Amino acid sequence: MSGPGADDRPGSRGVVVDARGLRCPLPVIRLAAAARDLAPGALVTVLSTDPAARHDVPAWARMRGHTMADERHADPSPTAAPGEAGQAEGDRPTWALTVRLGPGG
Amino acid sequence: MTDTTGPAAGDSPASSRAHLDNGGGAPLHPLARQALLQSLDEGWADPHRLHTEGRRAARLLDGAREAVAGVLGARTEEVRFTASHAAALHAAVLGTAEARRRTGGDVVVAATERAAVLHAASAAAVVHGGERHVVGVDLLGRVHLDAFRAAVASPGVALAALQHANGEVGTRQPLATAHDAARAAGVPLLVDAGASLGHDDLPETWDLLAAHPADWGGPAGVGVLAVRQRVRTVPPGPEDADPWAPGGVSVPAAFAAAVSLQAVVADRAAQDARRRALTDRVRGAVAGIPDVEVVGDPVDRLPHVVTFSCLYVDGEALVTELDRAGFAVGSGSACTASTLEPSHVLAAMGVLTHGNVRIALDRSTSEQDVDRFLAVLPGAVQRVRDVLGVGGL
Repeated sequence: MSGPGADDRPGSRGVVVDARGLRCPLPVIRLAAAARDLAPGALVTVLSTDPAARHDVPAWARMRGHTMADERHADPSPTAAPGEAGQAEGDRPTWALTVRLGPGG
Repeated sequence: MTDTTGPAAGDSPASSRAHLDNGGGAPLHPLARQALLQSLDEGWADPHRLHTEGRRAARLLDGAREAVAGVLGARTEEVRFTASHAAALHAAVLGTAEARRRTGGDVVVAATERAAVLHAASAAAVVHGGERHVVGVDLLGRVHLDAFRAAVASPGVALAALQHANGEVGTRQPLATAHDAARAAGVPLLVDAGASLGHDDLPETWDLLAAHPADWGGPAGVGVLAVRQRVRTVPPGPEDADPWAPGGVSVPAAFAAAVSLQAVVADRAAQDARRRALTDRVRGAVAGIPDVEVVGDPVDRLPHVVTFSCLYVDGEALVTELDRAGFAVGSGSACTASTLEPSHVLAAMGVLTHGNVRIALDRSTSEQDVDRFLAVLPGAVQRVRDVLGVGGL
């Protein structure tokens, strides 16, 4: 599993956290750890194969005063951490959940 | 005395355990046990037989139907026993959809209905070429009434289903308004009272109703299905002498279910006040733990259910930690389910699904049980968080 890494493409998803293959609550914990170091207004995206993350990331954002910017099936070519996590969860789809950080942090 | 003499009397591991996971499976009510033993002796025969033993069993079964009907405000002939609560829900959905197939094949359900309702609605829609319409709920778990109204009023709806109250989060549904909307559209309303009958006052605003004896302290292995006489239904399975419970129901289980229902309804008001005070205490104490969210309606809810989710907590680890401390609790977190899917109820509400703890207090749950639980909970949450290293998040 990689740590956060900057996405350099235009129209970026911000900092990308690769949490594929991790089960709840780890995707949200990785996301929160990345968000701690970012400024208000920044975008941060978590990639997850955990079915709970699609529900828990928006709930975390609501509890922390952030807003959901986007949620979609992830690009087949991952932007972070090429390698091990991709097929680890079998048929489970990867979701990319993007949060815009609120003023609270 | 010295402290080497062992635990004090009454402090053994077994007696210090508190079972706080009573939704859908409460300990047998003392009167249910008594009725069960009595009817095992007197009601073991096949109630369809015409000899003395058979007639005696039939009388117990008829008495049980009459007693349940009395509690529901229904006629005796409108009440049937089934093999389980899920079987009652399946029969209600499939049997109504079959009878109304010329009207259409659509079934309207709320997103927080029990899985048996959701799956039966899908099955019925497939058979009759319709669709299952799932109506969303708000953050408290209450159905979006405008969307529900619009869904039942659309053409081709065979049936709508809305639970009385949700057994996972306690929130009551606006049944009277929903029933008005369904009636106006000419659509029968199935009310799942599986989490509420025996605990909460049941409105008479239903066309079909299913209830769950094991939830109120009756025995497992029996369900209740009530259908108003004005509602057309067709038994969903092959022909059988007991078309709504193929092979017949357990007479002792049905009799014990009815006796215990009368017992719990008789002191419902006192138990409501007592357990509502205890769940209020849990809600207040839990809200004081950092990053814990109590979910469900704080007031318009079942008296005995309280659910909360702990941020950055592994639900499986927390259930195990509490079990080790002597407390059995439920959880809707994905990691506690064999499917690894989180509770569809929590997901539909948009609340945190991880770190979830679900409590349903039994009538036998004491104030001391609750206080001891609240004393160990903050430490248990902290220990799980420490393992995950989430300090400062």
